Amino acid sequence: MSSRSDEAARPLVSGRDLGFVAGGRHLVSRASLDLRAGETTILIGPNGAGKSTLLRLLTGEAKPTAGVVTLEGAALASIPPWRLACQRAVMAQQARLAFPFSVLEVARLGVDGVGRALPRARREALIGGCLLAAGVLDLAARPYQTLSGGEQQRVQFARALCQLEAGRSLATRQALFLDEPIANLDLSHQLALLDMARMIAARGAAVLIVLHDINLALTYADRLVVMDAGEIVAQGAPAATLDDALLRRVFDVDLGLGRPPPQNLPFLLPQQHRQAAATP
Amino acid sequence: MTQAALARPGPAAALTVIAAGRRRYAMLVILGLIALCLALIFLGVGVGAVSIPPGRVAGILLARLTGGDAALDGREALVVLNIRLPRVLLGLLVGAGLAVSGALMQGLFRNPLADPGLVGVSAGAGLAAAATIVLGDRLLGGAAARLPFAVLPFGAFCGGLISTLLLYLIATRRGRTSVATMLLAGVALGALAGALTGLLAFISDDRQLRDLTFWSLGSLGGASWTKLAAVAPIILPLLFALPLLARGLNGLMLGEAEAFHLGVPVQRIKALAIVLVALAVGASVAAAGVIGFVGIVVPHLIRLALGPDHRLLLPLSALGGATLLVAADIVARLVVSPAELPLGIVTAAMGAPFFLWLLLRRAHVVEI
Repeated sequence: MSSRSDEAARPLVSGRDLGFVAGGRHLVSRASLDLRAGETTILIGPNGAGKSTLLRLLTGEAKPTAGVVTLEGAALASIPPWRLACQRAVMAQQARLAFPFSVLEVARLGVDGVGRALPRARREALIGGCLLAAGVLDLAARPYQTLSGGEQQRVQFARALCQLEAGRSLATRQALFLDEPIANLDLSHQLALLDMARMIAARGAAVLIVLHDINLALTYADRLVVMDAGEIVAQGAPAATLDDALLRRVFDVDLGLGRPPPQNLPFLLPQQHRQAAATP
Repeated sequence: MTQAALARPGPAAALTVIAAGRRRYAMLVILGLIALCLALIFLGVGVGAVSIPPGRVAGILLARLTGGDAALDGREALVVLNIRLPRVLLGLLVGAGLAVSGALMQGLFRNPLADPGLVGVSAGAGLAAAATIVLGDRLLGGAAARLPFAVLPFGAFCGGLISTLLLYLIATRRGRTSVATMLLAGVALGALAGALTGLLAFISDDRQLRDLTFWSLGSLGGASWTKLAAVAPIILPLLFALPLLARGLNGLMLGEAEAFHLGVPVQRIKALAIVLVALAVGASVAAAGVIGFVGIVVPHLIRLALGPDHRLLLPLSALGGATLLVAADIVARLVVSPAELPLGIVTAAMGAPFFLWLLLRRAHVVEI
């Protein structure tokens, strides 16, 4: 019993004192961050704060120049790529395709490596389910390159879901990394994608999302991480982490949390959606 | 099975229908290509200065395989077994090797314009072959003259490998390969290799100049069983390694970082592909000279017909390249019969207009 609760408490991905220097510039310095199973961690910060770089360090795509990243206690650099691919999926910022693959073929890339031991019928069903979950099943036969930016982003999300699903048969504890996954999406798809990400976390995965929309970050995060100039300046529960002073200091805006706009200006709060989703 | 999937409503049903339709179409293309290739093999063995009907060709080949001696006597059997058959087989090998090399480089550089001929790899192998021809006698003494089939492919292989590595090192910064740099560097390397080959031609004697002309235009004319035995062990490993590379190259289409995230051992795939391309191009240049456009025309045709999935693209490029080169060789032998046109002229005359058409038609898709 106690060993089970130990496992739940132990972070899945852990970065200690991470630093990354490129071209003489410190893109990330002294960053320590734990990702826990079942938690949605959202990383916010102004342009150039080092959010994407930190994500790249945590996924193993880039090697930190200082500090160490561990996955289930093992150093990330010591895990072979195929093993890593079973345990975590990544959706990067923009993915351009060199040749005209169809949407179905792009999604299948997520299954081809990790899920090659699965029977074909199981693989096809898995791909279909993930395309449906990402809302792109009706695009399955379309060439990827003819899709709009938002549609391409949803297909990449479907591909990451495919990889995670296929890896579930080999690794029970998994992590999902999303780098600005909703940059090109309309509001309803933004909410649908973030709902799906939270559902994956609820099923036991550790989820890390880089977001620009502070409203959505506050709404969806279990844990909020704020970066500025390469350093983590605050992290914790959303309500306890972000305040007016931090907003002013990090994002350089003179705005207050929870303050309605003056003169009856119309405004829209995505929080309504989360409340509706939580109470069916 | 399709019926069962359709009866059960669900997202997988629609995908199964798409997949089944694609598979049937792919099967048709594959069978058609195999039939065309076999027909061209018979035609290639039959046509030439001495014309031999297909039935007689089949008889001779069958007799050779079953060990019946009666049909093997006479001039026709000699022509078929000692001249035409090795020539066609060499054409198959070289064509497959060049087309697959093109497909691999296009996948590796994530660019539809990459081709061993276009980015200077063939020119590098050609330069090394030229250096072996012109300088080999002076540097190696009698060894080069006594071991032409060992020294020449080795030299051409080294040339191909060196130019591929140079290209890759120049175009790669911090693990990312710049496609624009790669194409420009390839053009520059190709020009440099061409200039040095010209210099070698300038200092060569008459016999060497004739050999050089042969290399620079390409021909299957010198085919023999000895040559085939020297080239096959170099090109065949490339063809057998294709299944190892296909999935990795598919992942690379999304980019190197994404391929890594998918679990592809990116550096190992790149290294393997580069060595195999250098091997195959080097051996092809050594055996048949510089033959252009096979590496770019064939993979593009396959992509247009069946899409860019490397698990189909790579083996079918091999089949298509083999078919195309045997066909080009037949044309080369027929148009100015009883003389022969150099093979490089035929493939360039067919390939260059096709390439231009491709650029005009797909200018919006090709991004450099």
